Amino acid sequence: MRALTWHGTHDVRVDTVPDPEIINPRDAILKITSTAICGSDLHLYDGVIPGVVPGDVLGHEFMGEVVETGKDSTLKKGQRVVVPFTISCGGCFHCQIKQYSACENSNPAEKQDMSATLYGHPMAALFGYSHLTGGYSGGQAEYVRVPFSDVGPIVIPDHLEDEQVLFLSDILPTGWMGAENADIQPDDTVAVWGCGPVGLFAIQSAIIMGASKVIAIDHYPHRLELAKQLGAEVINFKTTDVREALMEMSGGIGVDAVIDAVGMEAHGFAVDNMLDMVKQTIGIGADRAAALKQAILAVRPGGRVSIPGVYGGMTDKFPLGALMEKGLQVKSGQTHVQRYTKPLLEKIEDGTIDTTFLISHRLPLEDAARGYKNFREEQDSWTKVVLKPEVEKGETV
Amino acid sequence: MKNNREIGIAGSVAAAGVALGAVAFGAFLSRRHDGGNDDAPKIARRKNQGEHTLVGRTVTIRKPAAELYAYWRDFGNLPEFMENVEQITKQGGTKGRANWTIKAPAGTTVDLKTEITDDVENERIAWASLEGSDIETTGEVTFTEAPGDRGTRVSLRIEYDARGGAIGRGIAKAFLREPEVQARHDLKRFKMLMETGEIATSAHRKSETRKAKQQENG
Repeated sequence: MRALTWHGTHDVRVDTVPDPEIINPRDAILKITSTAICGSDLHLYDGVIPGVVPGDVLGHEFMGEVVETGKDSTLKKGQRVVVPFTISCGGCFHCQIKQYSACENSNPAEKQDMSATLYGHPMAALFGYSHLTGGYSGGQAEYVRVPFSDVGPIVIPDHLEDEQVLFLSDILPTGWMGAENADIQPDDTVAVWGCGPVGLFAIQSAIIMGASKVIAIDHYPHRLELAKQLGAEVINFKTTDVREALMEMSGGIGVDAVIDAVGMEAHGFAVDNMLDMVKQTIGIGADRAAALKQAILAVRPGGRVSIPGVYGGMTDKFPLGALMEKGLQVKSGQTHVQRYTKPLLEKIEDGTIDTTFLISHRLPLEDAARGYKNFREEQDSWTKVVLKPEVEKGETV
Repeated sequence: MKNNREIGIAGSVAAAGVALGAVAFGAFLSRRHDGGNDDAPKIARRKNQGEHTLVGRTVTIRKPAAELYAYWRDFGNLPEFMENVEQITKQGGTKGRANWTIKAPAGTTVDLKTEITDDVENERIAWASLEGSDIETTGEVTFTEAPGDRGTRVSLRIEYDARGGAIGRGIAKAFLREPEVQARHDLKRFKMLMETGEIATSAHRKSETRKAKQQENG
């Protein structure tokens, strides 16, 4: 089959690789119909996530048709399903308390040591996202093997198009959980850093959850425009002092909750962020956390900090004093996707949530490398890329 | 003059630093040797004491003790999750004698004969090697109830020694291939098998799985 494979920093290619096979009884094989490039795939593309091996198939936002099932799978051939990017067994302690991204059984035993050393505990496996999270082949391919197919995949009714539901795999639940973790109250003013897909869905979710005002922060005009269309007020951090603006816009109190939907490759011009950028470039670690640091200073005392943005390692010059002295609450984590797929599918079906506004480009899988390059370099206009394995190269989608 | 003074200050700071370091290191050494008097299990000590090497780990498995005990008590099942154990043949009898074939580097194997030395239904199984084994070893697995509905805490302890003192131990270590890592991974695989009915693998095709590779090497 054809699949998008990682070869090194800024080097991904569509190669021919072996088709996947059923290995464990609960497996299923999908024929991919739609798959997307995630903002967090750019961390792999930029080479800042450890444990990626040349030849790895990337992609953790995908959906498709069931073409083969193991004897204990509950799926049926021909069903259309969306698959959560977190692989969860459903039977361990963490799955039972619905903390699916901490599943104890999906990351193979021999691959758990690296994340156990880095984080103190091994984490759940993810599709196509380095060997730190299991080394499973991803879904930017014609076919994919889905373990624990009786737990993760959600069956999609025929009347919904791929593009209406594809983002149930990651960014829609991730934005939703980002807002949920901010514990939004009706009179709240909420600030969201980053108007990429997760930030935009967090804005949409915060409004649905009843926030009285949502303020979006970015520097790409088109992305800020999308945030505005969702109902947010916007701040361009290139031209505005963010903290000052947020204080004024919240009546001098400070915003009640902040959401960092940027993560480890934050843009920003503070000295420590530039230093962290240099460290990241020369490979001595230090996540760039400019957005998070700014968010912690901007939130009101006793406020809430939600971090859906991805971080992989350590960071320097963290404002720990502000966190403690202001008595902030922090919630974070890889999304417990399985918790949200059903309620969010219902919100898509009844028209409360639309996700299709986000898609700026549709490409054949064969053009995936171009999709990565432009998604990274043209962030203003390339807001979301959907890849279609069934479309031939050069054909328009 | 100024320079000399600065060097002088730097020198005393450094000397004080070294002295403090030495005191701390001394304290570290004496703590290390007194064996610790806290409530942590022996396995968590920074350095195993004595002649034997002790490895082990505890996992919590969301299944009743009876089910886990029954699976483990049938020694023929153990190669399902113990990666370097190729085969265990049960010899029958009341003492649960069994012959183990353990994979070692360079295509060789270590043979082990064991019998069960203690067997408390649903709580504990202990075994020890017999005359004629390539290494001396004792092992124990215990099953205790975890709080609430969290299932069962399963603790594995394996102690081993080779004939011939230090050299023998060296050989045993080399043969057993990082026994501590092995024990940890084996227990995780046991947990996976019991909780999910399968052992997680990121293999893409059957030919990449552990079983396929084992057969290839065998």
